[in-house]
Amino acid sequence: MPPRTCALCANNRAMLKRPKTGQQICRDCFFYVFETEVHNTIIQSNLFKPGDRVAIGASGGKDSTVLAYVMKALNERYQYGLDLFLLSIDEGITGYRDDSLETVKRNQQQYSMPLKILSYDELYGWTMDAIVSQVGKKNNCTFCGVFRRQALDRGAAMLHVDHIVTGHNADDIAETVLMNIMRGDIARLGRCTSICTQGEDTIKRSKPFKYAYEKEIVMYAYFKKLDYFSTECIYSPDAYRGHARVFLKDLEAARPSAIIDIIHSGEAFEIRDDLKATQKAQQTCKRCGYMSSNDLCKACTLLEGLERGMANSGITDRARKRLDAEGPAPDNLRTIPFYQSPSGAASLAVETAPS
Amino acid sequence: MSTGDTITLKVEFSGGLELLFSNQRSHKLSVPALVPKKYGDASSETKPADITFLIHYLRDNLLKERVELFMESDTVRPGILVLVNDTDWELEGEGDYSLKAGDEIVFISTLHGG
Repeated sequence: MPPRTCALCANNRAMLKRPKTGQQICRDCFFYVFETEVHNTIIQSNLFKPGDRVAIGASGGKDSTVLAYVMKALNERYQYGLDLFLLSIDEGITGYRDDSLETVKRNQQQYSMPLKILSYDELYGWTMDAIVSQVGKKNNCTFCGVFRRQALDRGAAMLHVDHIVTGHNADDIAETVLMNIMRGDIARLGRCTSICTQGEDTIKRSKPFKYAYEKEIVMYAYFKKLDYFSTECIYSPDAYRGHARVFLKDLEAARPSAIIDIIHSGEAFEIRDDLKATQKAQQTCKRCGYMSSNDLCKACTLLEGLERGMANSGITDRARKRLDAEGPAPDNLRTIPFYQSPSGAASLAVETAPS
Repeated sequence: MSTGDTITLKVEFSGGLELLFSNQRSHKLSVPALVPKKYGDASSETKPADITFLIHYLRDNLLKERVELFMESDTVRPGILVLVNDTDWELEGEGDYSLKAGDEIVFISTLHGG
């Protein structure tokens, strides 16, 4: 086939076909439209204000590596006035996270951004390796997901940031829409397409790549020769998400706009008020002070099960009853350090990070 | 072009795909210039070697494990990007692109965690 010229500049040779629009464009126009679309998403959603301290949740993988690069570029180009930080969670998975953290440490140098690494071991006293040796590979993703969410908030509080941005992309969000439909999780379906989530007590979280296709993120990283790490977690993957992902990729192969179309469908769902009302009211965990919809937050429940040698008590009701039958938690039980909400007056006393 | 001719190519795997190919990202290889139209059927008519042939060839000669993560129904699995000399293969005719000496073909998985 003869080389085609770029549909935007009509000058250079086209080098990729945009999945969102089908346009064939050159490398320079691709950089420009990719970055500008992220900028437009940020501006239209009013994500930041000048002076904000923003942590980039960095795993060393492609999405967060590209996010760090693009956030730095846009912050300089459009003078957002943001203080940017890298925040990484070390789950303690030998041969996986230790390698990807090396990538984040290189990113810290390459992008000259301060980096904070918070480990499960430091926060909970358990690495994922230790958890898996206790619970096996079946339910370990539950522990990892609950622990990571809370660790990101706590790491962000240590950095005194106002805001966490994550590398979730359009494919991830479309997948989540599909999963929530298939699970009948209507409450989550209603909120999973929001670009920004903020509870009263939590640090603001947002997804500047909400409309960025995974294909374009990978092409961007390839053309810019960005340094990222790609290996699947060595422990069992989230099987249900895996099915949704394969299904979505098949849809995308047949019709590339499928991803953005599913997100638009998700955004258009209107959740009835009586369904929203079934969500439990938020309170704070009696043991660690983190937000929770029960007396104990999920992380404290899971940690108590691990510490008392009944790890499943955080997973099934039956195991929970067995644990309760053994009596109350012992006084010397290891607990998570008390969480002070960064929005509260006590926020300045939060700094507990080891230097 | 006679039947004995070969084409030398550079093939690269990244984004996690290299793990299926002896954990080696870059490979130099030679493939026949003319190949059967129907892969593996020496009695069928010939065609110039194209990317569809290369994908099968890589599966049979370089792939070490888990073929289902690389191929699905005669092409790469959805979610694997292919670049021909740094250009998206969707602009080059995808599997029908005829290989030329010195071509660099890159396979990148987008399916790994971010």
